[in-house]
Amino acid sequence: MALRTLLSRRTLAAAVRPQLGSTLGLRSLVTFSLPDLPYDYGALEPVISGEIMELHHQKHHQAYITNYNKALEQLELAMSKGDASSIVKLQGALKFNGGGHVNHSIFWKNLAPVREGGGEPPKGSLGWAIDTDFGSLETLISRMSTEGAALQGSGWVWLGVDKDLKKLVVETTVNQDPLVTKGANLVPLIGIDVWEHAYYLQYKNVRPDYLKNIWKVISWKYASDLYEKECPVH
Amino acid sequence: MGSTCFHTSAAPSSCLLSSTKRSYGLHDLKVGELGQLKVPISRTRKVSKVLAFYGLRSPPYKLDALEPHMSNRTLEMHWGELHRGYVEGLNKQLERNDILYGYTMDELIKATYNNGNPFPEFNNAAQVWNHNFFWDSMHPRGGNMPTLGLLDQIEKDFGSFTNFKEKFVDASLSLFGSGWVWLVLRKREKRLEVVKTCNAINPIVWDDIPIINLDMWEHAYYFDYKNDRAAYVKNFLDHLVSWDVATARIIRAEAFVNLGEPKIPIA
Repeated sequence: MALRTLLSRRTLAAAVRPQLGSTLGLRSLVTFSLPDLPYDYGALEPVISGEIMELHHQKHHQAYITNYNKALEQLELAMSKGDASSIVKLQGALKFNGGGHVNHSIFWKNLAPVREGGGEPPKGSLGWAIDTDFGSLETLISRMSTEGAALQGSGWVWLGVDKDLKKLVVETTVNQDPLVTKGANLVPLIGIDVWEHAYYLQYKNVRPDYLKNIWKVISWKYASDLYEKECPVH
Repeated sequence: MGSTCFHTSAAPSSCLLSSTKRSYGLHDLKVGELGQLKVPISRTRKVSKVLAFYGLRSPPYKLDALEPHMSNRTLEMHWGELHRGYVEGLNKQLERNDILYGYTMDELIKATYNNGNPFPEFNNAAQVWNHNFFWDSMHPRGGNMPTLGLLDQIEKDFGSFTNFKEKFVDASLSLFGSGWVWLVLRKREKRLEVVKTCNAINPIVWDDIPIINLDMWEHAYYFDYKNDRAAYVKNFLDHLVSWDVATARIIRAEAFVNLGEPKIPIA
């Protein structure tokens, strides 16, 4: 992965044309690449099929990354030319593809095979916070599943923490909007993809079944660690 | 929208349920748009709930007729489950809200769109309309090119048919999330345009006249093409789109939009 970034077109160009480097600063465009999954494609069966995981990771997430990199290159070009209207025009593609990359990277960390802790309820401070803010884990799960099922079209359902107010929130976003679009202080802990590509091949159009089952492979470890970092117990 | 039915197997599969014991004769019933049966509320004698239903209309071809470009499995799921689900959802919602009785489908969509702040019924109503329009926009031996007046209008408004196809493909591939792509006749500008809308939104809410549409929700193509949207759109344009139906639609649209100079005879 690192090698690929090193040999990306832009860094080579910067190496070959030092005079350009001096005008632009010695900055080369940081591009993104597909993160590996910490488990096999089939490891989440029967909750999420291997076919879906492979397509979701290798085709959808990769497409977001490819288009994001393309948009970033176009943005850099527009910025260097001072082309204000192009810069603004690119924001849609940046938000969509960049959001897609950010969201899916979180999603892979939110999932884990059952033998690696998937489905185990959260312990520690996150467990307490859930009980305080929602009453019980079951209530939280039921609320997120309901909001995810009610979302029209494509989007995500989130459990986030407001790092200023130190409160947990449940939110939905449309398309690939990251959670920060709902509040600058919101940090995403758990995100569930409710785009049709995330479940259609297996659950057909019964999104509620997908949402009911996915909790069996949700890993609360990433969420707990992040929560403890954002809301440290003194 | 007069979806002039070109199909021979007209099966207006709408059912009528009433909790009164009175049975309605055919003369009591009005046939609304799209073949559904509506019951005028004023005809009820007893004070009991009358339920009027919209029906699920079949596509004008068998479910496997669009193979290999759109599989039987896709149509069974897309029409049989999803489209049916929208119809049933809409009927359930209308049960609870009799302010919306008596509307035609077009009026219902415009009313529930509420100028951009849609009511919950909008999604179901618009999706029922959109999918009916979609099935009609396709044909087993579709594709090729439009002819005569429609081709002239396309060439006038897009430059060439190839240019139109490019714009249509671009719009489809640049649509973020779920939505539809339309070839629409703009009423005020009096020209054809390619328009993309998100989720269930439909150009009739802006008083424009749709000519063809393409479903870009993932459920429309995922079984057959996975995430290869480009192949899906190309196959739609090359093999499925029914220019005959589009021609009929634009002919009807000319009753509402003046596309050329009117030929006023000089006395």
